[in-house]
Amino acid sequence: MSATVEAPAPHEPRPEAPGFRTPRRDAEALARAGAWARRAPLLPALIFVIAVTQVPFVITIVVSFVNWNSLYPNDIAFGGFDNYVAVFTDPAMRASVVTTVLLTVTVVLVSLVLGLVVALLLDRQFLGRGVVRTIMIAPFLVVPVAAALVWKHALYNPEYGLFNGALNWLFGLFGATAPQPDWITNNPLIAVEAALIWQWTPFMMLILLAGLQSRPLDVIEAARVDGASAWQLFRYMTLPHMRRYLELAALLGSIYIVQNFDAVFTITSGGLGTANLPYTIYQQFFQAHDYGAASAAGVVVVIGTIAIATFALRSVSTLLKEENR
Amino acid sequence: MRSNNRASKLTIAMSVGVAAALGLSACGGAGGGGGGGDASGGSDEVNVLMVNNPQMVDLQKLTAANFTKDTGITVNYTVLPENDVRAKFSQEFSSQAGQYDVASLSNYEVPSYAANGWLTPLDDTVAASADFDQSDILEPMTKALTGADGKLYAEPFYGESSFLMYRQDVFEAAGLTMPENPTWDEVADLAAKVDGVEPGMKGICLRGQPGWGQIFAPLTTVVNTFGGTWFDENWDAQVDSPEFTEAVDFYVKLVQDHGEAGAPQAGFTECLNNLQQGKVAMWYDATSAAGSLEADDSPVKGKIGYAAAPVKETDSSGWLYTWAWGIQKAGKNQDAAAKFVEWASSKEYEQLVADEIGWSSVPAGKRTSTYDNADYQAAAAPFYQQTEDAIVDAKVDDPGVQPRPAAGIQFVAVPEFADMATQVSQDVSAAIAGQQTVEEALTKGQSLAEKVSEKYQDQ
Repeated sequence: MSATVEAPAPHEPRPEAPGFRTPRRDAEALARAGAWARRAPLLPALIFVIAVTQVPFVITIVVSFVNWNSLYPNDIAFGGFDNYVAVFTDPAMRASVVTTVLLTVTVVLVSLVLGLVVALLLDRQFLGRGVVRTIMIAPFLVVPVAAALVWKHALYNPEYGLFNGALNWLFGLFGATAPQPDWITNNPLIAVEAALIWQWTPFMMLILLAGLQSRPLDVIEAARVDGASAWQLFRYMTLPHMRRYLELAALLGSIYIVQNFDAVFTITSGGLGTANLPYTIYQQFFQAHDYGAASAAGVVVVIGTIAIATFALRSVSTLLKEENR
Repeated sequence: MRSNNRASKLTIAMSVGVAAALGLSACGGAGGGGGGGDASGGSDEVNVLMVNNPQMVDLQKLTAANFTKDTGITVNYTVLPENDVRAKFSQEFSSQAGQYDVASLSNYEVPSYAANGWLTPLDDTVAASADFDQSDILEPMTKALTGADGKLYAEPFYGESSFLMYRQDVFEAAGLTMPENPTWDEVADLAAKVDGVEPGMKGICLRGQPGWGQIFAPLTTVVNTFGGTWFDENWDAQVDSPEFTEAVDFYVKLVQDHGEAGAPQAGFTECLNNLQQGKVAMWYDATSAAGSLEADDSPVKGKIGYAAAPVKETDSSGWLYTWAWGIQKAGKNQDAAAKFVEWASSKEYEQLVADEIGWSSVPAGKRTSTYDNADYQAAAAPFYQQTEDAIVDAKVDDPGVQPRPAAGIQFVAVPEFADMATQVSQDVSAAIAGQQTVEEALTKGQSLAEKVSEKYQDQ
């Protein structure tokens, strides 16, 4: 994935050919030898980086072309595109693609908007700002599976969860019987999304807050002197400045949320149409023990992500363009 | 000269790189080994892979001061959560890697592993030992861990069946009585009557959480006693048969009408909470739940009655599950492994746990002698008899009304079952939530089951 975002490496600076007495060929050879003498010590590091970042992916690609179910060790054989055909014809897999897209887009957009609102509020001066900022970041620091457990048991549970408890208390004040909705069953996907939005809003807020604090204040002050309203300031000064930060937050958020597993696994166990791609791949691997098909699904996800990310970066985003400026 | 010179420098650079890469992969290999221990070890050590349940953790604690002290055999444990341990031992045993000598397998894996020749038979070692006393092991356990060839392939560490738990005090107050051997129709009737007798109390808790080991553990026993089955003896899929459909329809309706709130997410833990908190009056689940219900800090301690698993067409319907020790055929320390299994599943070990930790922590559910022991009877007074009866009555080889192609009560002991049943369970869970009908769920289930049929009918 990183390959698409990397800028082309600058050319190795070549030393000028030394004095005119030396024949040109030898000078070239010397220059090359010198270049290699400088490159050689770097090679182990380069190979290390390639091994660490690319080898697992290459192995996954190889496995994805093998019919390999760990329970049938005698039937391991090259399978061509069998696994890929299985991935694209499996209705569960197709449904999980749709779920993944829905889940990611909703969570990223909502937490981006909420994050922007919170960031704008936190950008103001007030007493105890540092404390409030730390409190706001807290959800992002909670271990994802622990957060999912809290949402499932402490909040959503219709029998002893906080939401229905609060309803009981509220209606009890007026002596009425409270409705006790079954939150997860009624809106399974929204239930998962809400837990993720709670956790990812602070992340968006952090990036956007950094963006807000890098605004050139003198220009804003000049605009204010010129009589710009608060809305005009936001719409024509702040928002254009924030575009890169919004894009970066959306990009990073998407990359992480596409991979989300904990919330789906814990809150719904993939039931009620909430199984996303990571969960389906987990099932292929851990329950079907079908390493080939699971790898093929993994490769499809990576290719899909690269395609979409490249398209978004090239056409819509200003991230790479700004870099080249 | 020029090109030679350049080439040699390139060679040096390359070899440095290759050396680095080799060093790296060597690290990876060592790291990936994860507690496998010394491969070249003699017979004075044994490598054990096991699930991280509390009983196993106790075993790990008690090993060094007892087993190792007495025999001189070092035990290297690798302890993993259930999903991870399943992935690990399926890889380990199928490739016969020989890294682990002993693994905690369940009776879901043992029949197929035995058929594949991945396990060492225990008839001449552990089972032949007079001290071990194989005849003391409850018969359904021995049967569940015996291969198709009649040899014994694993020894149980602890086991469970299923039964019906209910609030005796609530039933008494409402003037209801629970039969000792209830039918499902009687249970549905009682669930309707007891529903709402206390504010916020539902009739019954039944699992609805997706997963072959979640909803389909109790549900498959219901299917069995309603006369249904996943496969008939010719491996023809029977998921959309009238009996299977009737059973699932009954289960789904019972949960929807008189079951717990949040049923599509409710598993063992949620139901345990619900019964303890007075949110339900009955619960059909594992016998091992009784230990938690009768624990000192349980709010319902002493208020729970226990009845046999409800039936319809069959005489009994309880399931059978056990974590058992299997010895890998490719394991290098066969003698030490047999000694370890003999110790861990022995009467002496149960006594040791009772002395060191307490009778409530004993890995029970496998030996007649445990249930005859006065101390255990006192510690487990409300439920020991019903638990023993449930396990003894479990019919491992004939759980339904028709012959089956493979072993298993609440599952079909073939490797494909876990994935298939989990996918079907998601649809049944959605049916409980009202997202689709039972017929729609089972039509999809039938086509999943037919894929498994094809595989076995071809053979």
